[in-house]
Amino acid sequence: MSGDDRLKGYRGPARETLERFGVGVWEDVWLRSRKGEFRGLILPRNETADDRHVVLKLETGYNVGIAADSILEVVSKGRREAHYHIPEREFPTDPAKPRVTLFGTGGTIASRLDYRTGAVIPAFSPGELYGSVPELADLCNLRTEKLYAVFSENMGPEQWIGLATAVAREIESGVDGIVIGHGTDTMHHTAAVLSFMVQDPPVPIVMVGSQRSSDRPSSDAALNLIHAALTAARSDIAEVLVCMFGPTSDRYGLLHRGTRVRKMHSSSRSTFRTIGDIPVALVSREEGVRPLRRDYRRRRDDRRVRLDAVFDDRVGIVYYYPGMKPDVVDALVERGYRGIVIAGTGLGHVNKPLYPALRRAARAGVHVFMTVQTLWGYVQMYVYDTGRDLMDLGVVPAANMLPEVAYMKLGWVLGHTEDRDEVRRLMLTPIAHEITPREPPDGYLVLQGGLPEVERFLKKHRM
Amino acid sequence: MRGPDSANSFDDLEFYAGLGLQCGLEVHRQLATERKLFCACPVRPYSPLYDAEILRHMRPTLSELGEYDPTALMEFKTRKQIIYRLNRETVCTYEMDDAPPFGLNRDALERALVVAILLNLNLVDELHVARKQYLDGSIPTGFQRTCILGVGGRIAVNGRPVIVRQLGLEEEACREVSDVGHTRTFMTDRLSIPLIEVVTESQARTPAEAAEFARVIRRLCHLSGVVRTGLGTVRQDVNVSIHGGARVEIKGVPRIRQIPPLVHFEALRQKALLDLREVAKARGLGPDAFEAEVDVTPEVRRLDHPVLSQAVAEGGRARAVVLRRCAGLLAFPLGPTRTFASEVSDRVRVVACLDRLPNLVHTDDPSAGEACWREVRERAGACMEDAVVVVAGPRQDVTTAVEEVRIRMREALAGVPRETRRALPSGETAFERVLPGPDRMYPDTDLPPVVLHDEDFERARARAPAPLEDVEARWRGLGLSRAQMDALLFTDRFRLFDLALPRVRLRPTILAYLVTDYLTGLGRAGVEVGRADVDLFARLYGGERAITMSQQEAAARLREALTERTR
Repeated sequence: MSGDDRLKGYRGPARETLERFGVGVWEDVWLRSRKGEFRGLILPRNETADDRHVVLKLETGYNVGIAADSILEVVSKGRREAHYHIPEREFPTDPAKPRVTLFGTGGTIASRLDYRTGAVIPAFSPGELYGSVPELADLCNLRTEKLYAVFSENMGPEQWIGLATAVAREIESGVDGIVIGHGTDTMHHTAAVLSFMVQDPPVPIVMVGSQRSSDRPSSDAALNLIHAALTAARSDIAEVLVCMFGPTSDRYGLLHRGTRVRKMHSSSRSTFRTIGDIPVALVSREEGVRPLRRDYRRRRDDRRVRLDAVFDDRVGIVYYYPGMKPDVVDALVERGYRGIVIAGTGLGHVNKPLYPALRRAARAGVHVFMTVQTLWGYVQMYVYDTGRDLMDLGVVPAANMLPEVAYMKLGWVLGHTEDRDEVRRLMLTPIAHEITPREPPDGYLVLQGGLPEVERFLKKHRM
Repeated sequence: MRGPDSANSFDDLEFYAGLGLQCGLEVHRQLATERKLFCACPVRPYSPLYDAEILRHMRPTLSELGEYDPTALMEFKTRKQIIYRLNRETVCTYEMDDAPPFGLNRDALERALVVAILLNLNLVDELHVARKQYLDGSIPTGFQRTCILGVGGRIAVNGRPVIVRQLGLEEEACREVSDVGHTRTFMTDRLSIPLIEVVTESQARTPAEAAEFARVIRRLCHLSGVVRTGLGTVRQDVNVSIHGGARVEIKGVPRIRQIPPLVHFEALRQKALLDLREVAKARGLGPDAFEAEVDVTPEVRRLDHPVLSQAVAEGGRARAVVLRRCAGLLAFPLGPTRTFASEVSDRVRVVACLDRLPNLVHTDDPSAGEACWREVRERAGACMEDAVVVVAGPRQDVTTAVEEVRIRMREALAGVPRETRRALPSGETAFERVLPGPDRMYPDTDLPPVVLHDEDFERARARAPAPLEDVEARWRGLGLSRAQMDALLFTDRFRLFDLALPRVRLRPTILAYLVTDYLTGLGRAGVEVGRADVDLFARLYGGERAITMSQQEAAARLREALTERTR
């Protein structure tokens, strides 16, 4: 074992202490500090923790930290290395079952602990997944392919293009459905861009993740994965979908359109919501996939798919706030950005001081689109003079496209053309419901807690 | 079967030494903080009222060392739906496991450190919050956040040194509302209230001594002034083993006086299980003696059994397990009201969720009709020297039940299984779950380690009272009896005693009587005793007159003052 491994994660005084007593990680020790005696296994140190403590795992399984500078004596009693593994069982195949491919990008479906960082490492092979979520074998034959291992905030154009290409290739090779494991933070960004890059697929493309990591007994990972596999294997919805918990309870998942979905809570299981419309379907183990609407693209037997994986990353979102100064816009233009999506107030507004900057942007050939930071509702720039002024400046209203979706679409569009009219035409022609012609009355529902009728609803229906 | 009087009393050292009894305690005690341990929710009196419910399931996960915990696997077999009731006043998204923890409650930490100092522990320098798995659903995350403040402490019990293995600071679990079939319901108001856990080594040699451990810890906690008092704020887990037996944990005993009979009967139960093993050994039973199994649904339909026939009538199945050469073993007595069949029935109830009792019938039970048994025996190919157990219910539950019967039989061949058990009113216990091991621990990746600085220890030291032995020695010097000292520390009345003492001229024993038994009596009689504060005692007994006052006279004066003021 190399010296580094033997003192894994230890730096500074703690490392010196271990070296001085000639002990390392996974060593069972008796230790005397100025505060007393301790017996336990020396664990690797989390790299983000300080360099002044040694971590012991006591016989009871608890971990404690001992100040390195208080340690007076250490006696080694032997070594016991943890053999951390996820139980692996061969994933059973059944020719009668649909074939599903699961792509990994880095979310945690099943996971194990990384001692170096204290974070969790995703488990991923079919065998590992079968060991953790054996129910999957009842649904499909599963193949897995690890494309990336990144937190979702580190997904970018390279990964989007790679993912879209892999999905199209896999569909052409004949699978019955695609599942994509993805971190939840930017799942809706990736879902949107996939909706543009992989058009008219013949099978479901289902994105899934978890809000509680799969190393917790209460994790939503297993159920989300079961729902996603069920959708990919059996549903007739051939669209890019996000499949995550409907309520916070372990009851059912919702299938959201990739262009209308948004993560709306930093930690709740029920974080994903369809905005300005209703979801495509419910999914549960008991009832399978239950569509909530009829206007979705159906599964087909052919293997044709239109792959259009391009992206120009010279696009930015400007989240407008009162008092914003024009230099924010100027800076983007000067740095060579080709497209700007504004998340404006109300119906799509910014203040007057920004006008000259927007004019300069238009003159520089930068494409500027207006969305609303209210998320729900349409941009409507005729109601107030401000809106009309902005349109005169070349700002194009983007209807009810969500700001993040408009960002993803503009990057994709600019990957094709820079022609002003063509960019405008492509942006405003919906491909996958990113703009909808109407908002149904139940497309906007944020129930207000505390109201007697809402409280009655909550008491009656499990959250 | 030896009854409770086979030992002369619960402190018959010779008798229990003969059994090799070893007993230790885990005392759980709430800290009197205003807020919960990892969020800003207030601690309020328990209430059955709730505003909403959520439904969750639990799945076992791997421990840090890459193993599954046996308890977790057992709980997974139960396929329980867990319902949590939420009251918006006492629960936030943290308790719902819909938000990560906020920082550790510093007031709770400081209070726990005060107790740590009184326990003479070797204190740690850095707290590592761990996740301790609980798949019974009692915590929505599926684990309890817990950390160790110190190890290797010492307390004195009747002058004998007792080692305190460790002191933990952890969050409370939910209160169970009901557990019927595959649905378990919890109220969440208690969840995440800060709790300390004091773990002693298994040094108690008699049941009475175990209770004495608990009393010393109670006195010490009350003296610390940092804990919550009253019923529902303290629970004892009692670890019991005998020579050749195994560690069994009796969970959540609320009252100390329940401890001696529980320990006694558990020791005898373990002894009886060892005797049973010898019988099984003599008959040459092996683990393959329990394999035969057959569907007896039609037979059970005709059996007219109040529970089993009902289950079949509801569309369930009935299966018989043949236990070769086991006739009589199921009737083997394990306690005044329990036989080995009770243990098997417990397993079937807990794991297979067949919870309408009696959930099984067996051939050792004379109450089951012989005519019907003939049919069942015939069908199962069992002869008279075999025992047969029949269970009935929904198909999947029956499959689980049959497997549990086998598991329990195999365990009987090994002796005493390691279990968590719950207390019964008879002083006996019933199986609750398989005893968890260190594999249920996992580091909490949501919270960084908390470094304890010298200032933290100093602040706690400044807040800590004098050690219990010193306080008791001082009181003894004032002439107080053991009973009087216990009474003072039974609640926090000792504060009134110590504060009033320098301001009155009464004999200390009389003052002790007044603040404990007498005030308690007045309170029971409906007198408003909250007014009995230090100033009142100083006013009543501060003068020369008090020096020669009799207990009766002093009491009369106090009664008069309190009733007068109430009027």
